[in-house]
Amino acid sequence: MTATNETQSVGQDAARNSEVSGAEIRLEGVVKRYAGQKTPAVDSLSLTIPAGEIVMLVGPSGCGKTTSLKMINRLIEPTSGAISIDGKDVRKQGHDELRRHVGYVIQGGSLFPHMTVEKNIAIVPKLLGWDASRISDRVDDLLDLVGLDPAKYRKRYPRELSGGQQQRVGVARGLAADPPVLLMDEPFGAVDPITRQRLQDELLSIQRELRKTIVCVTHDIDEAIKLGDRIVILQEGAHVAQYDTPENILAAPADDFVSDFVGSGSTLKQLSLARVNEIDLADWTTAAVGDSAAEAIRKAQTVGHDAVVVLDNRGRPVAWPWLRQLRNEDRIPSYDPEKLHTLDSRATLNDALDTMLTSSHGGAVVTGDRDQYLGVIDFTSVTDHMRTLEQQAAAATDGQARG
Amino acid sequence: MWQFITDRSDQIVYNTLQHANLVIQAVALATVIAVALAVLITRVPRLSGLANALSAIGLTIPSFALVGLLLPLAGIGATTAFIAVTFYAVLPILRNAVVGLQGVDKTLLESSRGLGMSELTSLWRVRLPLAWPVILAGVRTSMQMSMGIAAIAAYVLGPGLGGYIFTGLAQIGGANAVNYAVVGTVGIVIVALLADLLLLLLGRLTISKGIRA
Repeated sequence: MTATNETQSVGQDAARNSEVSGAEIRLEGVVKRYAGQKTPAVDSLSLTIPAGEIVMLVGPSGCGKTTSLKMINRLIEPTSGAISIDGKDVRKQGHDELRRHVGYVIQGGSLFPHMTVEKNIAIVPKLLGWDASRISDRVDDLLDLVGLDPAKYRKRYPRELSGGQQQRVGVARGLAADPPVLLMDEPFGAVDPITRQRLQDELLSIQRELRKTIVCVTHDIDEAIKLGDRIVILQEGAHVAQYDTPENILAAPADDFVSDFVGSGSTLKQLSLARVNEIDLADWTTAAVGDSAAEAIRKAQTVGHDAVVVLDNRGRPVAWPWLRQLRNEDRIPSYDPEKLHTLDSRATLNDALDTMLTSSHGGAVVTGDRDQYLGVIDFTSVTDHMRTLEQQAAAATDGQARG
Repeated sequence: MWQFITDRSDQIVYNTLQHANLVIQAVALATVIAVALAVLITRVPRLSGLANALSAIGLTIPSFALVGLLLPLAGIGATTAFIAVTFYAVLPILRNAVVGLQGVDKTLLESSRGLGMSELTSLWRVRLPLAWPVILAGVRTSMQMSMGIAAIAAYVLGPGLGGYIFTGLAQIGGANAVNYAVVGTVGIVIVALLADLLLLLLGRLTISKGIRA
């Protein structure tokens, strides 16, 4: 009963939030000069970040990207210039009040080790004076959103979580009071590559649902290309070298600095632009945890599948066992979902190839919003799609050369 | 010996409780003072060197001397004893509190600011809880030390078990001299062990499971 109610409320939230909930951020002639330094760390940065988009600030270390980010929530006070969120000057609000309405996520999640997951997430709602039952509902909803089972993780302490789980809780904490703007500082820098890819996928999935304005600092151009609706490439002193969509930056780098930074092999980087959802997914035999194993095997064999995708009671894939692994079972057992490496439908083809190479199935399970099962992607369909893209690119360059 | 104790059991129990009472109150007050000072010191880094120097010098003042110095100000009796014990009790707690507060991860502090905690909320909900294990270790050291110092306080007729030790010393060679000294000393050791156990328990109750060793 409770489970059904929860699922319903989650569904309603998703529907309600599917329009843009973000706010526009504007920086005008922002300067940050530290005492005793000749050149300013940020030298007259002007930038408009559209509502509901992910904008990646990327550049070499020391280019002022983190300083620029921290000026938005006034962790660093600008020396001059103006910053506004949704048309309101940030300096006109008290800095504590401002920060409670701007989500902030940093590397590793930076959770408070003496507080449980629940308490960590509840910090901002508590500061805003929400009542206990509203906070409790919100914590459940957020844990669900970032793919952690509330019943299992609420009462845990950060040291009982893996790096990826801590980072997920960090994101949930940043989103706790439903802020229109989320600032992220190298959020996925401290985790291993596989976890990082998964967290990136999840962020894209969350953003599809929430449509916040997200400003994210990274030094990794591949991450910027994957996550960003737009990318700001910054040079020393936070000079904007180029501010454009990933497609345009890859196709037409503004100058040598940008093309150096983006790096060679940019046709290969095009792979980071193509998403899994551009490819038709194959249907696969599915079974729910607790179903009859014999029945599932029979279903799979009739369509010639040698494995079954197992879904949990919320339709999330948890495992992809071979039929021979199921023969000794009466019912489909429950699995640890952490062991199955899934792909979000917004994942790039690069990620898809990575995932497939590590999977013994020569394919990967694809998920949509809230990790719902969508289908299976296989190796041939990816390579076919890549070939089409290459041919298109070649045709386009030919056309340019002739024109 | 046994006879000696049973004859005076009421009085011994009374003095033991008095001893414990004096020390626990003094250490409690010292904790508040030390933590408040430590918060001030960590906010104004220039004070840190000064505080270290003062607490080092403070520990070198013989407790007898301090009691003597306090006499003209606070007179004979419990007040002088209380002030003297509190003074010494502050020092180890202060050191640990400064180390504990300074040891809180800077990124966590920035995180707390980034979430919109005020300075005071951040102190109360992040810095103190994270520094608490180290502060409490200081409180334990302080409690042990104060048990002995409180014995000296009996010199100015302060409450507690110290009186037995002084009586024993005064009657050296007399029939009960050793009995007096032993009752005073063993009594203090027992009170000290019990108090330490109590603090250990307090730690169990007040240190978050997320940071317990």
